[in-house]
Amino acid sequence: MAIEIRGVNKSFGDAAVLRDVSVDVTSGSLTALLGPSGGGKSTLLRVIAGLERPDSGQVVISGRDATRLPPQRRDVGFVFQHYAAFKHMTVFENVAFGLRIRKRPKDEIKKRVGELLDLVHLDQFAERYPAQLSGGQRQRMALARALAVDPEVLLLDEPFGALDAQVRKELRAWLRRLHDEVHVTTVFVTHDQEEAIEVADTIVLLADGVVQQQGAPAEIYDNPASPFVMRFLGPVTEIDGRLIRPHDVEIRTEPGEGTSPAVITRVVRLGFEVRVEFTVRGAEGEQAAWAQLTRETVERIAIEEGAEVHVRPRPAIKHSIQIA
Amino acid sequence: MATSETTPDVSAEGVSQDAPSAGTAPDETAHDVPRDMTKRDGSAGRPRRFTGTGRWPVGDGTAIGLGTVTIFLSAVVLIPLGAVIWKSAEQGPGGFWDAITTPDAWAALKLTVIASLFVALVNLVMGTLIAWVLVRDSFPGKGVVDLLIDLPFALPTIVAGLVLLTLYGTDSPVGITLAYTRIGVVVALLFVTLPFVVRTVQPVLLELDKEMEQAAASLGAGNWTIFRRIILPNLVPAMLAGTALAFTRAVAEFGSTVLISGNVPFKTQVAAVHLFGQIESDNTAAAAAISTALLTLSLLVLLAIDLLRRWGARRG
Repeated sequence: MAIEIRGVNKSFGDAAVLRDVSVDVTSGSLTALLGPSGGGKSTLLRVIAGLERPDSGQVVISGRDATRLPPQRRDVGFVFQHYAAFKHMTVFENVAFGLRIRKRPKDEIKKRVGELLDLVHLDQFAERYPAQLSGGQRQRMALARALAVDPEVLLLDEPFGALDAQVRKELRAWLRRLHDEVHVTTVFVTHDQEEAIEVADTIVLLADGVVQQQGAPAEIYDNPASPFVMRFLGPVTEIDGRLIRPHDVEIRTEPGEGTSPAVITRVVRLGFEVRVEFTVRGAEGEQAAWAQLTRETVERIAIEEGAEVHVRPRPAIKHSIQIA
Repeated sequence: MATSETTPDVSAEGVSQDAPSAGTAPDETAHDVPRDMTKRDGSAGRPRRFTGTGRWPVGDGTAIGLGTVTIFLSAVVLIPLGAVIWKSAEQGPGGFWDAITTPDAWAALKLTVIASLFVALVNLVMGTLIAWVLVRDSFPGKGVVDLLIDLPFALPTIVAGLVLLTLYGTDSPVGITLAYTRIGVVVALLFVTLPFVVRTVQPVLLELDKEMEQAAASLGAGNWTIFRRIILPNLVPAMLAGTALAFTRAVAEFGSTVLISGNVPFKTQVAAVHLFGQIESDNTAAAAAISTALLTLSLLVLLAIDLLRRWGARRG
């Protein structure tokens, strides 16, 4: 285990931010701390880095109890959402900072920083100041700076949160590739479930200061532990008191086993995907729900507004949750 | 200019706020996917090179604004200053030099400059420390202290002089007599220049990104290294600007020093007080010469501030 967090509690004043949180992070993994804002994920990351001190509990990094260690001696690299660039230093000096602190020889620093700038594609920007870089470039510089000292773990706090959607997507894919190259144990915080599923190989879902579920992305997506987890990881709709994914709704023209009658209220074509909204007439009255179908299906069974149809959860699915 | 006026939108966009100053400018805000930078160096003649008012077509509103500012500045600053310089120039360079090198004038100027330099340096250290304590520490009565800092600005300087004379005069209630001494002059100058460094450093310190310090800490830097290598470099431009302001203010100070200094020529008489004496004895030419000397000194220091500010801005 690269990081073991044991029963960590943390409060700010009266507000409990982390409640008995225990998380294991495997060496070399890329773990996402996922959850809604205010769920405690950034605080947990800062506890790992030593930037916050837990009220109780233990933080073990690479087998060493780090709970009482200051951030300087934890051997972690930290990347902030707003870059925290040293704005009075060039890109080169930013990346070299940790090495200069460690009093490494000049030649070694020059070589190491050069390699890192190549790695993050900033080799042509070495003499620039952070103010002369775009957000994405600053974040890559911050990443190189954190990696320069060969940390045991790399911690990223909403690293792409301040970037626009396009750059975000590029950097996401790039981070995944980088991790495959560098293999440093990485934990990143995000509130974007798509980002977590796409990039991470383990997801820890935190909400209200409590770990709701942890596991591989597909596992959590397919076997959510609670309605909250299911809702958080993707769109959901409710049919017959069951919470299911809209793409797991079957719409038929004839009644069948387990179907409920429904009336189509709206059909929205979004390219390949078609969003079909309908009202289910169940035993306990009418209820609005929706399904995500492909254009092909919609054309095959001639779905249009006002049509009388029959709906049910697709029989093969595993992940639905009885909530009523 | 014609280019910029026909395509105001293009040029306005070209000059983005965070684009760095002249010379090293990366054209357009830098891209995320690294590109060949050499290609764009050829685009030298683009409209974004124009700066200042040439960038936008000047409308009626701007012309009125510009005119008003010009008239106001001329009436309040430029013409009076011009008149002083004109007056001192009437006697020719030789006369000017003679006027400021009379033994008493020279002594007053020397005292003023040395005392002001000393006061400025003390301010540099203490002002920064006060700003630091006000921003980073919390203690009871902090709000009151913060308010008190501005008092030397609010108080008429002659009142400050009176207060100091009462406290440190010949029958001092605290038993310290500084009246008619150079130390008294320095104390008076320290009092009136206190707010400058505090008030220039304080906002910078408040705005300083704490995450920079945390990033440095996680990279292994101890508290002293963080202060020296992260905090201090970001404060230096503000510290120096505040120090320069304090210096120029000290050079010009009259009210607070006139009482406590006792106005002893060759000993405690500062330039502004000497100047006043020259006017009183109807020696306006000498007064104008000393004024010009003080003016030149202040201008040089202000110019230095401006250069420092540009130097700071270039570093973002």
